[in-house]
Amino acid sequence: MKLISRLFASLILLFMLAPLLVVLPLSFSAGPSMTLPIPGLSLRWYQDFFTGARWLLAARNSLIVGTLTTLVATSLGTLAAIGIAIGAPRARLLLAALCLPVVVPSVIAALAIYLAFIRVGLTNSLAGLVLAHSVLGLPYVVLTVLAGTKQFDLGLLRAAASLGASRFIILRRILLPLLAPAIGAGALFAFAISFDELIVALFIAGPEQFTLPRQMLASTREFLSPTLAAAAVLVSLVSLALLGGFALLQRRR
Amino acid sequence: MTPRKPVARLGLLLTLPALLLVAFALLLPLGLNLATAVRDPELAATLPRSAALLRQWDGIGLPEDAAFATLAEELHTALEDQRIGSLIARLNFERAGMRTLLLRTARAMPAAPASMALPALDPQWGDPATWHILRRASLGITPLYLLRALDLDLAADGAIIAQPAGQGVFLNLFARSFAIAVVVTGLCVLIGYPVAHAIAGLSPGWGRAAMALVLVPFWISILVRTTAWFILLQHDGPINAALLAFGLIDAPAQLMFTRFAVLLAMVHVLLPFIILPLVGVMRRIDRGLLRAAASLGAPAWRRFAFVYLPLTLPGVGAGALIVFMMAIGFYITPALLGGATDQMVSAAIADYVNGSLNWGMASALSVWLLVGCALIVSAAYYLAPSRR
Repeated sequence: MKLISRLFASLILLFMLAPLLVVLPLSFSAGPSMTLPIPGLSLRWYQDFFTGARWLLAARNSLIVGTLTTLVATSLGTLAAIGIAIGAPRARLLLAALCLPVVVPSVIAALAIYLAFIRVGLTNSLAGLVLAHSVLGLPYVVLTVLAGTKQFDLGLLRAAASLGASRFIILRRILLPLLAPAIGAGALFAFAISFDELIVALFIAGPEQFTLPRQMLASTREFLSPTLAAAAVLVSLVSLALLGGFALLQRRR
Repeated sequence: MTPRKPVARLGLLLTLPALLLVAFALLLPLGLNLATAVRDPELAATLPRSAALLRQWDGIGLPEDAAFATLAEELHTALEDQRIGSLIARLNFERAGMRTLLLRTARAMPAAPASMALPALDPQWGDPATWHILRRASLGITPLYLLRALDLDLAADGAIIAQPAGQGVFLNLFARSFAIAVVVTGLCVLIGYPVAHAIAGLSPGWGRAAMALVLVPFWISILVRTTAWFILLQHDGPINAALLAFGLIDAPAQLMFTRFAVLLAMVHVLLPFIILPLVGVMRRIDRGLLRAAASLGAPAWRRFAFVYLPLTLPGVGAGALIVFMMAIGFYITPALLGGATDQMVSAAIADYVNGSLNWGMASALSVWLLVGCALIVSAAYYLAPSRR
């Protein structure tokens, strides 16, 4: 019984990884189409990616938007989590409000953001994407940092205050160092959310603001070349790097 | 208690920037989205004087001559100034044929008295129903989009009626989205439960390795995973090639643009979202309870059905809810892998935004989708066995 159960689980895990494992060789194909077995190994599709103006623009946009989103969501989310942890009134309501972006189905959030941003001129701008991605990433930062504050005794803060430490010193010397792994994990989450996000980008980004997911979607609608597989592999490498960073931070906690 | 109060205020202050971000970038937009579903500004904006006259009209018979004359004049100016487009789109959406009627009238410049000339130009102007449509459109608020999104319509007298059979597509679309989400959720539970059980029973080392294998696809972008299926399922793609090579089929099977492809990829994408929480729940279960049941003589199936399963049910419910909520709003997987009859509500919303620019319909569909989701979440909340 146990054997069957483990065999089934292994098969499902294989099923979950298999599509990604098949895309990998396709991206190194020497041939012009995505067929297996590949006729030979080459890096031409990666070269195509790194010399294609649209792919480079998309990669640049994704990095810019991801970095700025991480800065905004991490700073605001960390402050909010600390605020809730030290006893802001109506904590449950505050938390629910901050987690709203996770609960609303993404297509509804994207439509609402589009209708609002088009009125204030934030569509077709990287600033609009950063704002939208920040609000979508915020809950993950808040929840991660809030979980981080439960790892130690908040009495430490009162002890420091009773010893005469100013609030700024408490924040700089006690709170931030203790929370650093959680804040780092939240930041990785925020970057990953922005880096993966497609639907808001689909609604509010013009061709100049195409991110990598948006550009990948655009290229599925054209002549299919293995450059798409190369892009998928590169994007996955970034995701895996984020996962690795996340795992390291978990271990430190 | 005195020293706690300033801390509470400081705490609130610290949450303020994040709350402002949520308010500006999500709450206000959601409110605006609701408003867009019922806003009806086109007629009053394009034909302000006609709108004022129509609002005063008692709705009996036909309006008086002044309304005919003002309408003809304002339509003409609006056409000359090239700002008639949004009004035409709005009215033609309510009744096909309004485009022709309005353009013909705007070009005609009828002689006085207009109340004779307009019906002579087109008999529709002698029909009170036409004028009722205009009057309702002058009010600034309309239930039309919300009704149309449920395959309902407004009769000439303002009564709510069902759309003629075969015309309404949205109830079908909602039902299909719901059905796909239910099937995907069911498959995810049926597959995810035994997998999570197997992982939870592994030794710590193997357990970590297995969790890593779940986490890798979890962190890899949904679009990348969908794209992988998009590549695999192509007509001359790897799966067809493999099936042909093994002699299982004689000609490439149609895999793309099928319901099968949509379900396969959605289950693949969403499985981690149920496996991860389930493993967490199953690992926390006190094994002593199962041993106690065994020592009392319960056979394996009883131990599972009466001890293990009930203890894991809250985790199943939470995971299933996450999967369902994600599935019902799915856009990208059906859009890439499905055919025309596999699209979900989000595809229609995206079409109205990116294609026909009918914001009212996009908003109305999203409002009903949001209402449905809210109902399901609250039902789940009240049905949950352990409410805290």
